[in-house]
Amino acid sequence: MSAAPVLRVTNLHVTYGSGSARHHAVRGVDLELGAGRILAVVGESGSGKSTVANAVLGLLPDGARLTEGVVEVEGVHLTAMRERALRRVRGDIVGYVPQDPSRSLNPVLRIGEQIAEALRRHTDLNRADAAARAVEILDEVGIPDPELRARQYPHELSGGLRQRVLIGIAWACTPQLVVADEPTSALDVTVQRHVLDRMEELRAAHGTAVLLITHDLAVAADRADDIVVMQHGQIVESGKAAEVLSNPQHEYTRALVGAAPGLHSARMLPRVEPAAVTAGTSDAPLLTVRGLQKTYPGDGGAGAVHAVKGVDLDIRRRETFAIVGESGSGKSTTARMIARIIDSDSGEIRFDGEDLTAMEGERLRRFRQYIQVVFQNPVGSLDPRMTVERLVTEPLRAQRFLSRRERAATARELLDQVRLGPEHLERRPAQLSGGQAQRVAIARALAVRPELLVLDEPVSALDVSVQEQVLQLLVDLQAEHGLTYLFISHDLAVVRQISDSIAVMSKGEVLERGPAAEVLSDPRSEYTRELLAAIPGQVTAS
Amino acid sequence: MRRLLNPVTLLSALVLVVTLIAVIWPGLLAPYDPFDSVGDARLEAPSAAHLFGTDALARDVFSRVVYGARLSLLAAVLATTAGAVLGGLVGLISGTAGGRVDFAIMRVIDVMLAIPGILLALIVVASLGFGAVSIAIGVGLGATGSFARVMRAQVMRIRNEEYIEAARTMGLRRPTILFRHVMPNASQPIVAMASTELALAILAVSALSFLGFGAQPPTPEWGSLVSDGRQFIATAPWLSIMPGSVILVVVLAVNGLARNLGGNR
Repeated sequence: MSAAPVLRVTNLHVTYGSGSARHHAVRGVDLELGAGRILAVVGESGSGKSTVANAVLGLLPDGARLTEGVVEVEGVHLTAMRERALRRVRGDIVGYVPQDPSRSLNPVLRIGEQIAEALRRHTDLNRADAAARAVEILDEVGIPDPELRARQYPHELSGGLRQRVLIGIAWACTPQLVVADEPTSALDVTVQRHVLDRMEELRAAHGTAVLLITHDLAVAADRADDIVVMQHGQIVESGKAAEVLSNPQHEYTRALVGAAPGLHSARMLPRVEPAAVTAGTSDAPLLTVRGLQKTYPGDGGAGAVHAVKGVDLDIRRRETFAIVGESGSGKSTTARMIARIIDSDSGEIRFDGEDLTAMEGERLRRFRQYIQVVFQNPVGSLDPRMTVERLVTEPLRAQRFLSRRERAATARELLDQVRLGPEHLERRPAQLSGGQAQRVAIARALAVRPELLVLDEPVSALDVSVQEQVLQLLVDLQAEHGLTYLFISHDLAVVRQISDSIAVMSKGEVLERGPAAEVLSDPRSEYTRELLAAIPGQVTAS
Repeated sequence: MRRLLNPVTLLSALVLVVTLIAVIWPGLLAPYDPFDSVGDARLEAPSAAHLFGTDALARDVFSRVVYGARLSLLAAVLATTAGAVLGGLVGLISGTAGGRVDFAIMRVIDVMLAIPGILLALIVVASLGFGAVSIAIGVGLGATGSFARVMRAQVMRIRNEEYIEAARTMGLRRPTILFRHVMPNASQPIVAMASTELALAILAVSALSFLGFGAQPPTPEWGSLVSDGRQFIATAPWLSIMPGSVILVVVLAVNGLARNLGGNR
């Protein structure tokens, strides 16, 4: 490391709110980052990691106050600066890559103009030169057809391309420091890899110091030189990336490393005795899908999207069958057709021999008890106005299971099954954490004793440590109740932990299917190999 | 807790509490009988004895304003409730049914919104006959269109929420989903909107009775009190100004409270 660090943060304290609602988000954080290095700040939601990033940029949200501490960039005290001076620093000396590429570009300005805007603010390039330079920058961040892209609007670019544009803007004036706040969290894994590669190239080319904020320990493991782990606004551990990961000292870091799906590969095992297989259960698949198709109509047929193009699946009883794919692969559409949330165009779905696609009205309504769904967004799938007790017993009411008094007792049992105490019965969704809400959703799905659970990205919205707990819970419940799972996920690392069989989907088609071990260790399709290679954290794991 | 300390909110709440007392127990606030003259003191200027002065029949104007609150406000509340319930139902049907039903309903709403509310109320009053109830129905009908629009937008948003999808996969019947999940979640903005609409309804009701469509004399009513004072506007302006100011203050108070409660969402 060079003698004088590019970024030095000393004893940083930030609070939100005032009076009794005051919340101490960052409590005494120290950071040091040298030129050309990547420092990853790792933590879960609420750890204060994003607040640290905002403080470094001098962009704390309303209601947040920097109460103590100093932020120095290149020896200049940013904390003592006025807003006008800070604006010159931002972009010129400190660049910023925001989290959500879909909302961080101005939708009414062309891509080229947005880069040129940053250039003209901080350099004395004239309009034409700035525009020309903008095209060069697009080329540098690996965007094909840079001249064309510069003339397009943000909505014409995919999420990955937009994030590259933002990286281009961050590096436009060759800053000494770039703060990247969860730069790839909203992207598919293969895209994430390309975007992070670009960042590393730019860092190497310009010797930029990068402050990388991430919840993903595996990403930090792959990309960072040094890691700082934050919890409850404090740094609990820091050091060289390899050391922190291979030999974590703090209990919380150990828990994080243990939970990170990318860092290990074993299938989770149930911690309970599996239920005995009922005699007479056939070996025939529980669910068979043949030639399933779905086209979403566009405007006048021109923009029609052929989302699912003839999918065949066989899901055996008591197994976890995972459909893996990136956004737009048709995996969710397939799951939603199986759960009869949307109607299929053609093809057949047989559940225990009965054709689901032919079912309508009252018969379908009654049949729904056998197939229950757990959605991606745990809080969004629960009616915000209902208590947990009403939420978990609602399917019982719908299917006319049990009497009123029995239902009240059942609510407790259901919560107990998902390891939630009875004190949660009276709460409402807004009072639950993401993990708790997802447990409630799982309890609700189990209420009517279904045979098949469709799990649509059930852990994608959760913090890694919570993700781990929910996955383990699912594995246990499966053993206890002899459930069959259809598990939809974009994350191969998670799929590896839970599934018995895997189907890989891309552009509406199944590219490859088979036992999980085979697909993962010996992938036959090029696409699966690419997906596997893109999982972060593998270097460290092996 | 902090929003209660806001001076505007506090003052508005105070005004509304006093108004509420006038509606429920007018005798507590009014020093005189609103129907009887208080002696020979005709068209007397405001004084300690007669806060708002006296009218041409030597009645205490303050007492008449206090007693008039009940009719004026009940008509306004009735109008707003009618508008919210009717508009809410229409919006619920429109947003749920979609397609042609939605199209047909929304065109009717467009027509209703194209006619100024007060004109619509006038038509209703003219066909139903004079009186507070027909004013309330008329004003309520005038507000139905905007309530229906808001409800429809809410329903269309809520319909796509994940918990509605979840309710379907549980096997809930359509009406159950509609009344247990969609309606309660869609109603919140309607409640917020009703509080602002109430202020408008007070104005509309007063305007209609000012024009003589409301309560017939000697029943006191705010709009007709302002109207009664019109012929003496040069000699005894307080006859109109005082009840007029009361309308103004109450409308501002309702608005002030509505905005603070609504803005807190």
